[in-house]
Order: sequence, then structure tokens, then C-alpha cells
Amino acid sequence: MKDFLLRYKSWGKEGKAGFLISPAFLWLLLFFLIPLGIIFVYSFCERGNYGGVNWNFTFENYKQVLNPVYLKTILYSFWIAILNTVICLLIGYPMAYYISTRKSTVFKNILLILVILPFWTDFLVRTYAWLVILREGGLINTILLQMGIIQEPLKLLFTDLAVIIGLVYGYLPFMILPLYASIEKLDPSLIEAAYDLGANGFNVFWKVILPLTSPGIIAGSILVFVPTLGAYITPDLLGGAKVMMIGNLIQQQFLKVKNWPFGSSLSFIVLIIVLALLIIYIKFGEPEVEK
Amino acid sequence: MSEIRSRKKFNAGEFTLGVHSWLTYIFLYLPMAILVIFSFNKARINAVWTGFTFEWYKVLFNDTALAGALVNSLIVAFISTAIATVIGTLTAIAMYRYKFPGKGLFDSVLYMPIIVPDIVMGISLLSFYVFIRFTLGLVSIIIAHVAFNISFVALVVRARLHGYNKTLDEAAMDLGANPFQTFMKVTLPLILPGVVSAALIAFTLSFDDYLITSFVAGIGSTTLPIKVYSMMKFGVTPEINALSTLILFISMILILISQRLGA
Amino acid sequence: MLTNIKEGKLLKKNIVQIKDVVKRFGNVLALDHVSLEIPSGEFFSILGPSGCGKTTLLRLIAGFEIPDSGEIFLEDKMINSTPPYRRNVNTVFQNYALFPHMNIYDNVAFGLKLKGIGRAEIKERVMRSLDLVGLSGMGDRKPRQLSGGQQQRVALSRALVNEPPVLLLDEPLGALDLKLRRQMQVELKSLQKRLGITFIYVTHDQEEALTMSDRIAIMQTGKIEQMDIPPQIYERPRTEFVANFIGISNLFSGNLRNGNGKIYTLTTSDGFEIKATGEGIRPERNATVMVRPEKIQITPGEPKNMSHNINILQGKIEDMIYLGNVIQFIVKLKEQKLIVLEKNYDKTFEFKPDQDVFVSWDIYSTFVLSERVENERLFAQV
Repeated sequence: MKDFLLRYKSWGKEGKAGFLISPAFLWLLLFFLIPLGIIFVYSFCERGNYGGVNWNFTFENYKQVLNPVYLKTILYSFWIAILNTVICLLIGYPMAYYISTRKSTVFKNILLILVILPFWTDFLVRTYAWLVILREGGLINTILLQMGIIQEPLKLLFTDLAVIIGLVYGYLPFMILPLYASIEKLDPSLIEAAYDLGANGFNVFWKVILPLTSPGIIAGSILVFVPTLGAYITPDLLGGAKVMMIGNLIQQQFLKVKNWPFGSSLSFIVLIIVLALLIIYIKFGEPEVEK
Repeated sequence: MSEIRSRKKFNAGEFTLGVHSWLTYIFLYLPMAILVIFSFNKARINAVWTGFTFEWYKVLFNDTALAGALVNSLIVAFISTAIATVIGTLTAIAMYRYKFPGKGLFDSVLYMPIIVPDIVMGISLLSFYVFIRFTLGLVSIIIAHVAFNISFVALVVRARLHGYNKTLDEAAMDLGANPFQTFMKVTLPLILPGVVSAALIAFTLSFDDYLITSFVAGIGSTTLPIKVYSMMKFGVTPEINALSTLILFISMILILISQRLGA
Repeated sequence: MLTNIKEGKLLKKNIVQIKDVVKRFGNVLALDHVSLEIPSGEFFSILGPSGCGKTTLLRLIAGFEIPDSGEIFLEDKMINSTPPYRRNVNTVFQNYALFPHMNIYDNVAFGLKLKGIGRAEIKERVMRSLDLVGLSGMGDRKPRQLSGGQQQRVALSRALVNEPPVLLLDEPLGALDLKLRRQMQVELKSLQKRLGITFIYVTHDQEEALTMSDRIAIMQTGKIEQMDIPPQIYERPRTEFVANFIGISNLFSGNLRNGNGKIYTLTTSDGFEIKATGEGIRPERNATVMVRPEKIQITPGEPKNMSHNINILQGKIEDMIYLGNVIQFIVKLKEQKLIVLEKNYDKTFEFKPDQDVFVSWDIYSTFVLSERVENERLFAQV
């Protein structure tokens, strides 16, 4: 009896935890995990006539991924995602360093808020702003024409360049914030110690600062790479029909071509990559938050 | 000698760092500023300043289709925020307080919606709704928004709880408060700023979402971002500039309040 | 519980009883079959290094932890699984745990409000309680506006206002500076005497425990090593751990033989014979004896007053350390070093380093320590 009482008590805590997380668990199970499971199943099915699937098992959809037409889009998406990550890192690192080394806390917080604001604000509207600037009758062309530098409007919109600009613009804050967090944690006395031991500026950066801030670099890179790989809005708005990334291909397969199984297999490939990166992030990104 | 040189070099580096950072800030804010300025421009087509006007805002306020989309967006944002805030906060508290088997796994699942690309979440939810023959409409949108916002709320509230002193809960119980009284009188008042901060972010994310919504919205459940997107696809108009300016303005205010509370 | 009558004096009832309690956290054995009884009105201290289980023991009495086995009684009722909010004890927490969103008045009134006591009575009791700790008129302030010492008093007042029969204090003075700590020690002790409440006081500060307590339990790695009144703890430490933890001790190890009755003789590895007292000690084994440094006399020549009840050893002064009121000598015997504390007499200065000296002390100041409990514990863990 005593034993039972004690055991019941120890269930108590787990019971309470279970009670508190059960709504989230059920919601995520029903409306996140099971849907992902469905597209996993769909990706091995034959396409239905008007969308939907026929329940016949096939590897065809994954074979189709290797079709040069689609492979080109996939490789292009990877290339763009890597390029965007590198550009954001090169722009973001010095900036995060600058913010975290400000002496005045008020000033530092203002600089930080200025990065946080675009981080959370409407992605769509921020992308649209570049439409205003880059289009044929847009700001850049108007200025250049009026100054007489060009005679014909430049084709800026619906190009790779426009997409890259839009993506850097969209995801730069995702790089800066984790970088800032890890640079901020850096103990300045370590840098002083390195200088004291005779290291020059280059060595201090490569051998001390960079290794110590690598969790931020990993976190920031994943936070930029993943959404870029699955980008839809930016290539659609700024790349038009010219530029296609995996996101646009998936959308096209689902809503226009109505080939759900193929769209599902593409989604699942993206999902696998994301999960792999998530595991890397958990392992090497941020140190365990909880005690 | 070498010390002086290195110090000089350091200052030059510092200067470059400053210039780089401020140019980046200009890069981040100039496009939004241009958008705002052009929303007050009289010229309809060209990017030439021809005078100040409120004309486009007046047009917006008389657009009934837009008003309908706005109402839909507000309904979705309010309801999904309320649900996600309650569920997310409970989850954050459980994750903070208790250890339980499978906690690590649940933790990963909890943060997946943040990192899984919207397009994947959108098509998988669409497949799910079609599979169970669920009618697409405001409810399907709300369910989807709650699904991603639970994760964001849990993340923000948990960050706030991280600085929370568990001994305060013990002190309350020691003085005779049962777990419910402890939560209502001590825990909740102390983490409330974090919860409100999370709710504001959830509201913004729900109000702004285009991609996921575009897959799970049905006929008659057009939200503001969907309406705006279809307008944008037709090209730049001063009305969209004005509407974008308003959306930017509201989002930024909510984020600023949220940041202030969350600190 | 039975009320014992001994020597015509009415013994007080045990208000807290702990019987054979075990508590594990994962693989760590925090409490290893702990038993103790605390009579009503006692100032009982639990002393030990960090990680010894003293805070766990307090948390078990408070109800924040549940024992894996064993029983806890409060006022004759088994409270093993009674939640903290239904226990008639209150706690003063280490870092005070004042509610930052409430003012001082509301902090102190918190427990009374939950009990559904009327407004007027709450006000009266809160005021009286704040008065008791010298904080009347501070009710409107927020905790962060008070100094550490004042916050400490609020925490005390918040607990005492509920008039608990037992007050648990978890290193309550740990965060205060030395001077304030001394002052609060005196205040706490007199408050406890005046109110007659049982205090269970956890600390790692031996001086604090020795000066304030009626009784002390010394804990190490989840076990109570010794439980006694303060002079007894200092004069007659039972184990090597207690001897080292409280004050300074000189220890000799070697083979133990029984001389006559309570007198034992220890032969050290470097050939010294040391007589020591002990009771119920098993001889013919390796053992440790101890003597306090201030019990030892140091003399240039052999002490004249020869008696069988004195241990005399020969050595050489290795170092002299000036400590103000006392001088600390390090005397090197053959292998071993001995710490000797001498009062600061003028003649104490006549000693010089490297001087050959005699050290002597009463055999009744030398005690055989108990066998180590380690082996026993090892078996308990398997």
C-alpha cells in the first residue's frame, strides 16, 4: 500500500506534465505529424486524374526527381540557398560583431531592435518593396533614366539577381540574431589574453573568435539555408516565370499540374534535408538551454 | 611601437565595421522607407514624385472586398492566437517544470514547425484536409495557424521562464497555496509579460501568413495576405503601397510592444 | 507519542520524527537511512558540507520531496505524501524567495489570506509580525527596494506570521555579510527562545551551528555522522569526518591495543605510543585517535610533572604562525606533523623554528574515533 502510494506520487509529476503538454501534443500530432505522414505515403503512390492519388505503390515519383528538367530546379535551389547563406554570413557576421561590441547598453538595444523588427515583420510586404524598386518603371530605372546614364530601362526584375537580393534582404536578420547571441557570450578577456600571448588580429579572429562563435554560425546558417531552400514567395514575386525553385515546383505540382505524388516526393526530400540540419543544429548549434 | 600600431589598426577595423553595419541598416530599411514614401505619391504609374496625397488610403478604406479579407484575417489571427497562446504557455510550463520520458523527442517535434518550410507545411495540411474530407474555410486556416504558432509561443514563453525562480512556487506552496492557487497568484503574474509578448508575435505571424494560408483557404475565406498577394501579382499600384505601409506599421508596433514586454 | 518522565523532569514531545528515510536522485543517494527525533521547542541544526543531503532532508520535511522509503512524522502524524500546502510547517528560503510582484505587506499576508482569515485579523497579525522583525512601516515597499538583511527579515516574518509549530530555515543567513550575519544570529536565537517555536536550521557554517543550536546533526554523503549538543560535538567527535569538519584536529593512525578498561594504546607506524580513551571500542585493529591542538602543551624540556595520564612526544618546531591571540606551531614528529595552539604569552615567543621540543597532553583529551562508516555504506549501495 505504501509502495503504491509512493509510486502513484511519482506518476503524479509525469501525469501533470502529460496533462499540460497533451493539447500541444495532440494538435501537433493531428495537424503537423500526420499530415507529414500523409505526404510521405502519397510520395509512393500513383497520381490521380484530377489531383489526389491512386493507391498503387511506386518509386516513380522519386525517379522523376532525377529527370534533368526537375533536377536542374533542385540543384539551382541548392545553389541559391548556399549562395544566400554565404552572403548573409559575410554581411551578418561583421554586423553582429559591431552590435555586440557597443559599449552603451541603450545603443546596443536600439541596434538590436532594428534587426529584430524586420525579423518578425511581414515577409510579403518586405519582398514587395523590392518590386517597387526594381521593376521597369521602378525607382532605380527612373533615376538612371533621368540622369541620362541609360537610355533604355534595365531588366532588373524577374532575374536571378532580383531573387538573390530579395532572399538576402528577407533572411539577413535570421543570420544576425543567432550570431549576435553567440558573439555576445564571448568573454572579452579571452581576446585580450590572445593578444597578450602575441597573437595578431588575424590569428585572434581565426583561432579564438571564430571557433568560439561557431554555434552562432551554425544556427544562423541553418536558419537561412532551410527557408531559402523552401522559398516560394521571393522567387515567385521577384523571379516571375523565369526563376523556379523547389518551392515553386512543389506548388506547381500540387495546384497546377495536380501531380500530388510527385509534389509529395519533392516535399519529402526537402523535409529530410531539414530534419538532418535540425539534428546538426541540436548537436552542434546552441548549447542545451535547460539545466 | 607594435602596440601603437595594433591599436591604430584596430581603430581602422572598428571604422570599417561601423560603415559596413550602417550601410546594412540602410539596406534593411531603405526599401521599406521607399514603399512608405510612394504610398503618399500622387503619380499612379511612374516612380516620380508628383506631390503628396492621402488618395490611395481613401481608396483602400472604400474597398469592400479588402474589408472582407481584413475581417477574415482578424478573425483568424485573434482565434488562432488565443488558442496557441494557451496551449503554448501550458507546454512551456510543463517543459520547464517537469522531466518526463520522451521529453527530448517531444522537444524536437515542438520546434519542427518553426524550421520546416512553409510550403511543406502548407501542402501536407492540404493533403490532410482533402484526405479526411474537411471543408476548407476559416476553420482550416485557424487550425493551421495554431499548429505553427504553438511552437513560437512555447519558444518565447520558455525563454521567459528560463529566468524564473522555481523557489517562488515552492514558497507559495509552503505558505499554503495549492498548485492552482500557486499558478494563478504567483507563476502567471510573473510570466505574464512573456505570455503577452508571445501572443503579440503569434498574432503578427498569423496576420501576415500568406503561403500556408494559400493552401488551406477555401472559397470565401480569403485573408488579407492572400488578397494582397493576388494584387501584387498584377503589378505595383499605389493602393498596394498604401496597404503595405499600413501592414508594416501595425506589425512593427506589435513587435515593439512585444519586445518591450519580453525584455 | 508517549511522554517520558525522567529524573522527575517532564521531557517534551518529539514534534518531528524521521524514521529510516532514504531518498535517491537518479543514481545519487541523497539520504541514506536517516533517522532523527526533534523535541518541541528545540533549535536543531543540520550541519554539513554542500551535497551532504542536509537541504534534501529539510525539503522532505517541508514536503517539496517525497521519501523513497522511511517515514516522516509531524506532530505524530505521518506526512510522507502530504503536499507542502497541507503541512503545518513554514520555510525561510536561502535566497528569501519573496514574491517580487507583491509589496511587503502582501508577501507577509499571503499565507493568512489563503487560510481565509478575516481582513482585520490579517492586518493585525501582519503588523505584529513585521514589528517582531523590526520592519514596521515598510509594508508598502517592494522586495527589491529593501536591503539583503531587510529581505531576510521579511522572509522570516512571512513564515512566522502563520504561527507554525516548526520553522524550517535553509541557510537563511548565507547571503548576508559577516557582520550582519553575526547580528542576525543573535536576533534569530532570541526570537526562537521567545516564541518557543521549533527551528530546524540548515547551515554549512560550523560556528553558526555551534553558537545557536540546542542540538546539531552533522551530515556527510547522506548520513548523519553524529547528533549531539554543541560542546559534545566539539569535545567528543565520534568520527574522523566530524573531527575534521568541526575545528582543527590532530589525528594519529596505527594499531590499537586495549590497555585497561577505557584506556587504549595506539602504536603509530613511526613507533610512537599514544594513549587514548574510548568506550565500547573494538581493539586489535587499525584505528585513528584525535586530539585538539589547544589541548597540547609545548615545552622546551621534558615536562616535569610526570604522570601516567599524559602523552609525551618529542619533535622539532617546523613553523610558527602568529594568529593574534594565539600562536600556531607546526611540530614535526618523525613522519607526522602536529598542530599546536598556544595562548599568546610572552614566553611563547621564546620558541624558535628548528628548536627541539616536547609536546604533551592529557590522555583524557585523546579519543579513539569510530570505525569508518564507508564500508557499511558501500554495502548499502549495492
